[in-house]
Amino acid sequence: MNKFDNIKKLIVKDQLKLDCGKTISDFPIAYETYGKLNPKRDNAILVFHALTGDQFATGLNPVTKKDGWWNYALGKGKAIDTDKYFVICANVLGGCMGSFGPSSINSETRKPYGNDFPVITINDMVNAQYFLLKYFEIEKLFCVTGGSMGGMQVLQFVANYPNASQTAIPIACTSNHSAQNIGLNELGRQAIMADVNWKNGKYEETNSSPNKGLSVARMAAHITYLSKKALQEKFGRKLQERDDLKFSFDADFQIESYLRHQGSVFVDRFDANSYLYITRAMDYFDLNKKFDGNLSKAFETSKTKFFIISFTSDWLYPSSENKEIVIALNSIGADVGYVEIESDKGHDSFLLNVPDFLQALGNFLNKSYERLNEKRI
Amino acid sequence: MKKEFKIIADLIEKKSRVLDVGSGDGELMSFILNNISEDVRGIEISKSNVQKCISKGLTVIEGDAEKDLFQFPDSSFDFVVLSQTLQAFLNPEKVLDELLRVGKKAIVTIPNFGHWKVRLNLLFKGTMPITKTLPHKWYNTPNLHMCTIKDFYNFCDNKGIKFIKSLALNKERVLNISKNNLDTRNFFSDLGIFLIEN
Repeated sequence: MNKFDNIKKLIVKDQLKLDCGKTISDFPIAYETYGKLNPKRDNAILVFHALTGDQFATGLNPVTKKDGWWNYALGKGKAIDTDKYFVICANVLGGCMGSFGPSSINSETRKPYGNDFPVITINDMVNAQYFLLKYFEIEKLFCVTGGSMGGMQVLQFVANYPNASQTAIPIACTSNHSAQNIGLNELGRQAIMADVNWKNGKYEETNSSPNKGLSVARMAAHITYLSKKALQEKFGRKLQERDDLKFSFDADFQIESYLRHQGSVFVDRFDANSYLYITRAMDYFDLNKKFDGNLSKAFETSKTKFFIISFTSDWLYPSSENKEIVIALNSIGADVGYVEIESDKGHDSFLLNVPDFLQALGNFLNKSYERLNEKRI
Repeated sequence: MKKEFKIIADLIEKKSRVLDVGSGDGELMSFILNNISEDVRGIEISKSNVQKCISKGLTVIEGDAEKDLFQFPDSSFDFVVLSQTLQAFLNPEKVLDELLRVGKKAIVTIPNFGHWKVRLNLLFKGTMPITKTLPHKWYNTPNLHMCTIKDFYNFCDNKGIKFIKSLALNKERVLNISKNNLDTRNFFSDLGIFLIEN
């Protein structure tokens, strides 16, 4: 009956205390796996998705019928080689691809939670996904990785479980959301809440959806994922299927038409309330504050080998913020490598075909795995 | 591997913690990792070299030795290596101080501008010397602060830096440098290799 009926789910029976103070239990975490767990159970990689991603990281997404968000990086013979590694990816808590989120049905009211869903954090997301390790009987992961909000989860994961992963690769992320980040997210949230169809978060009860607002939120966010140069080169001032300006508010420019398209396809696959909750989780993320203003403390007891990757044209989570994580790790003598990849594709670089990035990612994983196995012999 | 790297590697104690500043394509780091110590890190400014290091399984951070050494705590490495790059920094004295702060010991190598060929080159040709260790033209050289073995020796001496080992490399020959033979070594050697500490 439900489009999520045929996807894999772990029903977490344990209690999970959320940062907001509420406790949840008996909740679903939807996940997907790629590759095979080897007999030594030492080749597992936990991939965390970004704001609008889901558990279908590669191949065809069975729900949206679109390619997975990390198709370039993940798969057979790719940087994260599923012939070698067992990859687990879960839909985050608060998400809308089968995990416990605002569109889940509240058993007490028999209606979707809507904005009665508890406000969740990156910490809550990570703790919820940690149950998957127990489920798969994995004592120690080989790697945790992810870009953007996925990178934040990587940092939080190592802080929470210092020795649950051999390696960690946070990509294009930050240890705390800046005022600019929060401002941009607030813009998206206000667009959704200003839509008359949002109905105080209870739109699902009336089978409506704040598509206009969610679409505007996506349009604004999409601009932040690209660089000025990439936009200029792709669109410039090119006109959309017309020879001259029309002196109207139609999409005269290609960039307008492109963004409208991005907005409209997004609402087909994403839930507006999930967008509110997940952006809020990102805004609340501040690993520095959690450790008394000293990010190094988050990783003090960890032996995890870090590899941090940023992109030259990413202005959403710029290299300077990624470097702060490197500095925090170096100041406690942690094992950390860092590379800034030259790319004009902006924040989205980690999702795209950027050969230098994919090469660094693959080499780091494969060499680290070889080395771990050599050591054991 | 080049002779210089073999000499440097011989100066590093087994299982010590090493930082290679300006690790290039990772040749020295690889040798150290496989033969001397697993605990070796690098810092390298060139993106393509960082990629090469990653492909060799080396732990390298992309960065500028002139700006990025601050993040390492005092004495956090047993050995810090700087091979033939001190002369390329805007402020070599500051970098040298940082090397000796971060490392308990530092190994610094200097291409010798005092070699007789360099001297003759300038004396007779009247143009900026070009040799095997100094292959650039005056207008494209990265070397902002060229010095001689004698310059570096005296500089460290005046700063109160202690020499644990001072070696001169002349083609394949390795000789000790001391105060007494400084002028001779400065005249005949291609490279100075110094193991120093504060």
